[in-house]
Amino acid sequence: MPIAFKDVSHVYSAGTPYEYRALDHVDLEISEGKMTAIVGKTGSGKSTLVQHLNALLLPTEGTVYIMDRTISAKEKPKKLKSLRGAVGLVFQFPEYQLFEETVLRDTAFGPKNFGCTAEEAANRARQALTLTGIGPEFYERSPLELSGGQKRRVAIAGILAMDPKILVLDEPTAGLDPAGTASMMKLFSDLNKKMNKTILIVTHDMEQVYRYCDEVVVVENGRIREKETTAEFFRDARRCNEMGMLPPSLIRFIEMMREFGFNVPDGITSEEQLAEWIGREVKHG
Amino acid sequence: MEQIRTENLNFSYEEGIKTIDNVSFTIEKGMYVTIIGHNGSGKSTLAKLLAGLLEAESGKILINGKELNEENLPVLRNTIGIVFQNPDNQFIGSTVRDDIAFGLENHRIPQPEMDPIIEKFAEKVGMTKYLNSEPTHLSGGQKQRVAIAGVLAMKPEILIFDEATAMLDPQGKAEIKKVIRELHEERDLTIISITHDIDEVAESDFVLALNGGKIALMGTPHEVFADEKTITDIRLELPYSTRLGKLLAKHGVTVKNHMTMKGLVGELCQLHSKM
Repeated sequence: MPIAFKDVSHVYSAGTPYEYRALDHVDLEISEGKMTAIVGKTGSGKSTLVQHLNALLLPTEGTVYIMDRTISAKEKPKKLKSLRGAVGLVFQFPEYQLFEETVLRDTAFGPKNFGCTAEEAANRARQALTLTGIGPEFYERSPLELSGGQKRRVAIAGILAMDPKILVLDEPTAGLDPAGTASMMKLFSDLNKKMNKTILIVTHDMEQVYRYCDEVVVVENGRIREKETTAEFFRDARRCNEMGMLPPSLIRFIEMMREFGFNVPDGITSEEQLAEWIGREVKHG
Repeated sequence: MEQIRTENLNFSYEEGIKTIDNVSFTIEKGMYVTIIGHNGSGKSTLAKLLAGLLEAESGKILINGKELNEENLPVLRNTIGIVFQNPDNQFIGSTVRDDIAFGLENHRIPQPEMDPIIEKFAEKVGMTKYLNSEPTHLSGGQKQRVAIAGVLAMKPEILIFDEATAMLDPQGKAEIKKVIRELHEERDLTIISITHDIDEVAESDFVLALNGGKIALMGTPHEVFADEKTITDIRLELPYSTRLGKLLAKHGVTVKNHMTMKGLVGELCQLHSKM
């Protein structure tokens, strides 16, 4: 079990008038090697949850198990630094955190900080930048000169350069255009399938969850409301609607057809299948 | 009535690289215009030029027939309001009331006249309940609604949304789209929205598609998305109903090109009942 939460609560500003319980007795297991979506409304506790994964936040109560480490209220994890190398956390709008003078130096900062020689760090940075689609022509440019999408790729490369086993991404496609979103999701899917990284994505974009993720965890009011396979979660629009989320287009279209009286069967999971079914239905009515 | 006209507009940030390349178009009063294009296509630069925040290298922008230049800028600037992407970068007041008041104070509107204006526009964006709230207690969508109220209080004729929903969660996006829709229904304002949201584009009257700083396509959503080759070449998406319609053709069902799911499902119903 690479990641498990056992009865974890997190309280911000405990003992003050601003006391706020962001996580409330969370029990959760995340499967190794899968791509898992963490979904829920703004303020539900998603970001607080994922910030426990590299001990950026410590539980107020309960225990978090990550690979062979234990994080609890009382004991700070040993070898915190190696944990942070093993779990890469990419924040929302990570491009705001670029600070070095060149793209290559910014990407090499992490591995260098973790004890790599300058040469080794630069090598890792080049590999990571290649993975994220940033070519050598950008290495010596200032990160500030790049477009928003390119900056975000550099920021993600900075985390990948540490070669984490687990990659946690907090709304990685927010604000990107459709083409940028698609290529970013393709990158995470490749990291998962080809390099066997466990990936957790916090997102509101159900289209991407439907297309790429294996499992869905729903966070609500600081609790885990459900965890299920993507196929089960998107069986109909009900769960999305209950959470105020826009269901994937395919699901919305099927729901609308049903409202108009079409008897669309369960189990259609692609536009191709749907078109084929409509073809039969309309022709032979 | 013509509200905005651009003639051979050019702009570069860096010498030799044109961010806006010979752009000409006209926008009628009361229209809802969407500007689309992938990141880096020049959309936001065009918005800033129209709002008088950047100065064109060559070419002209005419607002109500008057050229947008240094001389006319003080008069024309109040004609145009702009709402930006990041809700946190444009909230300057300590409360919602203060934030909406900011622009009015700059225009030296006396205090007693200010309150009814603030209340009117807070109501318009559904923020009356929050007039005394601090920004830290507001969601992204609420902050953007306050930004819209602040701009509306200046009584602009043209309102530009520069990816105003891009950083919001689904609920916030829906809130802002609703405000835009309501403003459009009143027909008092010319609305220009820069967006990646294909559903929003389908609702607009007129679409400008930019690529490499040039206008690649312009027209009604129907006209623009009929040119599938160009849309794909400039890395944009077709509406879902258009994509599905093409798959249907492969399975022997011929449908019109619909901009919305509802339109396509409606036609499928008709086809079905004719069987």
